[in-house]
Amino acid sequence: MDNSSEGRPAAGGDQNAAPLLRLENVSVRYGAVSALADVSLGVQKGEVVAVMGPNGAGKSTVLKAVMGLAPVVTGQVYWRGARLSSATHEIVKEGISFVPQGRRLFTHLTIEENLEMGCHFLKDRAERERRLESVMELFPILREKRRDPASQMSGGQQQMLALGRGLMSGPDALLLDEPTLGLAPVIVKEVFRNVEAIGRTLGTTIMIVEHNIRGVLDIVDRAYVLDAGRLVFNGTPEEVLETGILTEVFLGKVEAQMEEEEE
Amino acid sequence: MKAEAGGRPRPAWDPRRLLSGVRGNLELWANLIILTWAVAFAVWQGTGFAIGLGTVFAIWGILSVSLNLVVGYTGLLSVGHIGFFGIGAYAVAVLTSTQDYELLRTGAVPTYEWPFFAALVVGVGLAGLAALVVGVVFNRFRDDIFVLVSFGFAIIAFNSFLNLRGVTRGAFGIHEVARPQIGPWVFDEEFDFLVLALVCLLLVSLVSWLIVTSSFGRVLTTIREDERTAEVFGYRVTHYKLAVWVISAMMAALAGGLFGSWTRFVDPNSFILLESILLVCIVILGGLASIWGSLLGALAFVLLEEGLRFLPFVPDVHVGQARQMTLGLMLVLLMLFRPQGLLGRYKL
Repeated sequence: MDNSSEGRPAAGGDQNAAPLLRLENVSVRYGAVSALADVSLGVQKGEVVAVMGPNGAGKSTVLKAVMGLAPVVTGQVYWRGARLSSATHEIVKEGISFVPQGRRLFTHLTIEENLEMGCHFLKDRAERERRLESVMELFPILREKRRDPASQMSGGQQQMLALGRGLMSGPDALLLDEPTLGLAPVIVKEVFRNVEAIGRTLGTTIMIVEHNIRGVLDIVDRAYVLDAGRLVFNGTPEEVLETGILTEVFLGKVEAQMEEEEE
Repeated sequence: MKAEAGGRPRPAWDPRRLLSGVRGNLELWANLIILTWAVAFAVWQGTGFAIGLGTVFAIWGILSVSLNLVVGYTGLLSVGHIGFFGIGAYAVAVLTSTQDYELLRTGAVPTYEWPFFAALVVGVGLAGLAALVVGVVFNRFRDDIFVLVSFGFAIIAFNSFLNLRGVTRGAFGIHEVARPQIGPWVFDEEFDFLVLALVCLLLVSLVSWLIVTSSFGRVLTTIREDERTAEVFGYRVTHYKLAVWVISAMMAALAGGLFGSWTRFVDPNSFILLESILLVCIVILGGLASIWGSLLGALAFVLLEEGLRFLPFVPDVHVGQARQMTLGLMLVLLMLFRPQGLLGRYKL
């Protein structure tokens, strides 16, 4: 089992270059509960990377730690080789965008207004328009319904909007937290296609937390596996499947729980 | 055009069709009933009464519109607004106090003899400063805890007015508060004061409208809907909340200054917690996140307050209690059947 983040070949990104985003010995605690323990991982520019693991493994916490939304007690996050601020508004300006779990749209606003909320610090109206156009080009359904309230969209369309809103700031890195949660299988495929397209066409570095193992491994260059707040594996999708690490962390946990119950 | 049961299409201007549309439109009915009630009441009681009613409405209107910015648009349920109202009233009362009046009493409290408008500006500024200091602390809290700390602020404000006797003259209050004056023109006539109060109400409503229709206002509503997500997109939500809190407090202080000058007397009993809660009720009654709703709510409240005096079965001494009971009952009914208020779009 390899738990280092260095020296792995990957389809996307230059593995010899310094990571664009790097977590170094990061630990997160919520009161007495340890959510992440001494986690180090990195993402190369242009890479699409998955963060996987069972419930409570700390997957979402990794993204929140990057965005300054989780209390990092030790360790440091680096962006382009420099220390990353812990203030969310600074992080967004640096070029990192976060699409939270459950889409979290502003349902009282229209689709266009939701998209505009993604790039508030952009004062140049023409640039805003340009970004709106490029997002709507990527997701034509948003152009069709741009004046409709976000609440009137289907689950799949809402996820497109959430992705589009995340892209409005023109990020270099996009952090996606469970983008297929609660969606029908057909829509799940479409979401993965869109994520893949964002990585390929825009060259955006993507870090995705996902439960749908088969679907996400089809589109990523590399995957990190977490268990109980610790990084337990780092490798290509093929290696993840070959080693059976996912079976180990998912079923291992179930077996341990069963043993506890028996005791 | 849809065919009716009889098979013949009904034109859009058909009175029966218009009537059915009106019947289900509660907002229209609320507007019609309250405005008609106001006009009928004013005509029945005469000009003097109407002028007084209008002035009270303008003061409550400023308070409810300003509170709606915080409660309705930003989602911060504050019951401490009356504290800022009091700061405005006391600033005007203290700064305009004269030596002549003071000599009759204790002679121990300093007097300033400032003109009304200068005192009003200072009062509004003081309330803004107080809101800034309080807001920096309050920004740490949300939801229920925010309600509790704003409750605490109302209590602290009331006790400050009562106990800082060297400035506020405590329970004795301050009498003979100056009326506004521009050069030789003193707003001594009630009608003049009404015009001034309505101009202030118009300005506050206009500023509020500009705020809520701007990108700043849009961020406020997203904070109300999902503060955490607004933060994720780089919005410094604490700054937005603090800004609207300070603006709203300054508006409340403006209303306080007008109130002190109009009644010509200020004492702590005008700024008790109950008044603050009544104010929240008015905002909910009119409708959250609706400026017109706040105005309508304030008008309905003033009409209710004054109207109860004329009901033969309510003795004069119980008018106050009857007013509170009626408002409480209305609030319960609203929460049951129309939780967004008369013209509101959002529920608390």
